[in-house]
Amino acid sequence: MNWDNWVPLLVVLSSLLPGLIIFSLAEQRVRTRTTLNLFGVITKLGLVALMVWGVYNEHHYETRLELLPNLELVLRAGPLSLLFVILSAGLWLLTTIYAIGYLEGSPHRSRFFGFFSLCVTATVGVALAGNLITFLLFYELLTLSTYPLVVHRGTLAARRAGQTYLIYTVFGGACLLLGTVWLYSITGTLEFTPRGFISGLGDEHRSALIMIFILLITGLGVKAALFPLHGWLPQAMVAPAPVSALLHAVAVVKAGAFGIIRVVYEVFGIGTAAALGVTTPLAGLAAFTIIYGSIRALFQDDLKRRLAFSTISQVAYIILGIAIVGPIATIGGVVHLFHQGLMKITLFFCAGNLAETLEIHKISEMNGVGKRMPWTMAAFTIGAFGMIGAPPIAGFITKWYLGMGAVNTGQNWIILVLIGSSLLNAMYFLPILHRAWFLEPPKSWPVDRQFGRKETAWALLLPPLVTAAIAVGVGLLASVPFSPLEWAKLISQREFYQP
Amino acid sequence: MQDMFSHIPWALVLILLPLLTGMTSFLWPRSAATLGVATAAILVIAVAGLGWQLHYLYDGTYHHAVGGWGAPLGIALHADGLSLLMLTATALVGMGVSVYSLTYFDREKALRFWPIWLFLLAALNALFLSADIFNLYVTLELLGLAAVSLTALAGGKAALDGAMRYLLATLLGSLCYLLGVALLYHSYGSVDIATLAQRVEATPAVWSAMGLIGIGMLLKAALFPLHFWLPRAHASAPAPVSAVLSALVIKAAFYILLRLWLSLFGPLSESGAELLGLLGAVAILWGSIQALRQVRLKLLIAYSTVAQIGYLFLAFPLAAFAALSTWNAVAYLALSHALAKAAMFLAAGNLLRFGGHDRIRDLGGVVQRLPLTAWAFALAGVSIMGLPPSGGFIGKWLLLETALDQARWDLVLVMMLGGLLAAAYVFKVLGYIFTEADISHETGEVTKTMEWAALSLAIAAMVLGFIAVPLLEWLGLEQVVGISEISQ
Repeated sequence: MNWDNWVPLLVVLSSLLPGLIIFSLAEQRVRTRTTLNLFGVITKLGLVALMVWGVYNEHHYETRLELLPNLELVLRAGPLSLLFVILSAGLWLLTTIYAIGYLEGSPHRSRFFGFFSLCVTATVGVALAGNLITFLLFYELLTLSTYPLVVHRGTLAARRAGQTYLIYTVFGGACLLLGTVWLYSITGTLEFTPRGFISGLGDEHRSALIMIFILLITGLGVKAALFPLHGWLPQAMVAPAPVSALLHAVAVVKAGAFGIIRVVYEVFGIGTAAALGVTTPLAGLAAFTIIYGSIRALFQDDLKRRLAFSTISQVAYIILGIAIVGPIATIGGVVHLFHQGLMKITLFFCAGNLAETLEIHKISEMNGVGKRMPWTMAAFTIGAFGMIGAPPIAGFITKWYLGMGAVNTGQNWIILVLIGSSLLNAMYFLPILHRAWFLEPPKSWPVDRQFGRKETAWALLLPPLVTAAIAVGVGLLASVPFSPLEWAKLISQREFYQP
Repeated sequence: MQDMFSHIPWALVLILLPLLTGMTSFLWPRSAATLGVATAAILVIAVAGLGWQLHYLYDGTYHHAVGGWGAPLGIALHADGLSLLMLTATALVGMGVSVYSLTYFDREKALRFWPIWLFLLAALNALFLSADIFNLYVTLELLGLAAVSLTALAGGKAALDGAMRYLLATLLGSLCYLLGVALLYHSYGSVDIATLAQRVEATPAVWSAMGLIGIGMLLKAALFPLHFWLPRAHASAPAPVSAVLSALVIKAAFYILLRLWLSLFGPLSESGAELLGLLGAVAILWGSIQALRQVRLKLLIAYSTVAQIGYLFLAFPLAAFAALSTWNAVAYLALSHALAKAAMFLAAGNLLRFGGHDRIRDLGGVVQRLPLTAWAFALAGVSIMGLPPSGGFIGKWLLLETALDQARWDLVLVMMLGGLLAAAYVFKVLGYIFTEADISHETGEVTKTMEWAALSLAIAAMVLGFIAVPLLEWLGLEQVVGISEISQ
């Protein structure tokens, strides 16, 4: 028995098993629950680190289990999967710490952490999936395990949001299923292959392949919140802050974007996709979503809703990068998967801190909040500047590569989109910063919870500071080995384009 | 040890054991419950034993002439992959329901429940092992009567009304079937399926027989538009009975239809297959929409059965071109539906017992007091919706694949819509698990045994999602399909 064949499965199980045990724990057993959570996270991170080193040295980690006649459940660690695994496992650690602080004393915590672990399991499964049916399996599991978190509070608004979420995602899942089965009935395989596996098919399948592409992208576009399938995301903001932070900034939307990367590069292959003429419409849709999300964000007064529309816009960058046919833009798109996750989770953590400490939910209430919570707002500022694309923060790298890629392939209109969206980003983030730092604070806050000499509980403050620091770090150290940018280049070399 | 295991005539055990313990439990009611659960457990072993024998001793088909008297005089038993499938479903659901019933019934009801329940198991097993169409009739009638008696067990106006409708439907169904049998016997002088399979031709008598048997079985299987009796009967019965009715009893009729289709009628009629497929499609849509409109939980689940049975009939038009993969899909759908639907009805029984009502709107407070039951319902729901990882997903995948291979877009569309509607009605219930509702006071006690019985069945439906390859190999449906293809 080869040990390497079990590592990917263990990575999945390292959050699944603790999750299942947590469900059965009584509400008050906080310590056992925390231990289990942290044990799961640390095991997972250890295994992932092992795989990163291995994959860098051309080592193969693959688990295969029989699922159906001629179809297997495949978990495989490649460069692309690892990028997403690191992102979700790393941010899971921080979010778990954050959630422990955030939910202290609130009801149904065993249920919350149980589903939280299931979500991470699903996300990691999505990342490691080695073929489309495995991907589909975990993608649906992600739907099922996030729903309880969206409706966690049990209020009427939460249930409505949950309903909307389900309508979108179940519809998306159905599209994905149909596309997958259809593809399978044509090709007889679903294995993700570098540079795609359908290039050998003849012309008679052309229209079927276009339909399949549309079905798959629709199914994935729901989670990636691609216009016009984005409606669930702003509503899902009723969920508790850690859920918005990890799931709606990272796991769920990224699962969609990640799936689109897989479909474009490792199912169709970028060459075949371009020949089918489907990449340009996708790029157009992504560009529209970027601008549309930014404009909608401008008009939101609710902080989390503004961030949600910003997410819609930012995730579309990833898709834009993929759909511009060319290696440089692709690097930009893939690396944004990582960068955007870091920056957006920072922003959501900070929004959660404001809500939890001062009951501030609206931007109009944020006057002078920088004086009361300087550390939180410092992290927020870094995240916001990163989103705008200011160097040396991570977001700058992305925009640089996207722009370069567009110029290289002669698609200059994309530069306009990038400039436009940066302006819009500035327009909806800078006023927040201005309010927070330069306006006079009100005489009293809606609620003011005191945490000794600290501005808020350490479990709430630490995670955003760490993620903000990393966001600056990956921008500054972009050309150091194992930085996300270098890793994205490795992915592009090994999996996407002919060397 | 292994030698003994392989030489016990497990097929006979499957029929005689529940018959015997049924009578015993009637005579000694005090030990009835223990006896019942023990019987259910042994039946699981017996099915495993029969499967083992089919695999290693009999090369896929088992034939046994009881007492040495074969056709046309004696009673013959016949087992193959299809029988094994239904027997497996019966054994697993039977186990779950028996354990559940340990604490569900009060003393007086238990007195009546156990003997009839064991008779019902005997009738089901005998039906799945019958080699001739007359024995099928006898077992079908026994099954129907046992099922009606169990439905009436709850007492009260609603239960009796439901049971009455059920009785009329089931008698009418059996009568149609019997007329069909008479026609076939008159034409060919045999009731043995294998003999008939060699002799049937497309004569008016055979056509009439096919029509009569078809209508009778569709009525019993509650395929649209002959489903009118099902929702009330299934909703008004006691929880374990509802579970058995939806999971197993209607599938017995489906089994007969499929068995005769494969060996007698299928080769004669292509338009019949299309008609069955069409009715199945309408059943899926109609049943799902009705389920969505219900305000009572048990009625919702009952209408879901009307919809789910439709999937099984979608297979008929597909099977002509890809028999093995289609029937594999059907096997998976039937088995996972049996487990999941039983789990759902048992879970609903818990909620009904605990809260004293099954109005979906007011379930919030009840569900939150019974987390295990909520899990049972949720996991069963996943399988019913056909989402992974579950047996329902595997079945749906296989059926979709076959439909797409044949470019049957109409059926694909129906399946997709059916899945979406199923999600709608399952989540209509699941949404209430998370409401902040006042915790309701309990009106009846729900034991842990009852909760775990429901949950175990739901987990079994999940597990089916991971064992498709060995399970399909174990069933060995290619043998069954092979027979029908030779006769074509």
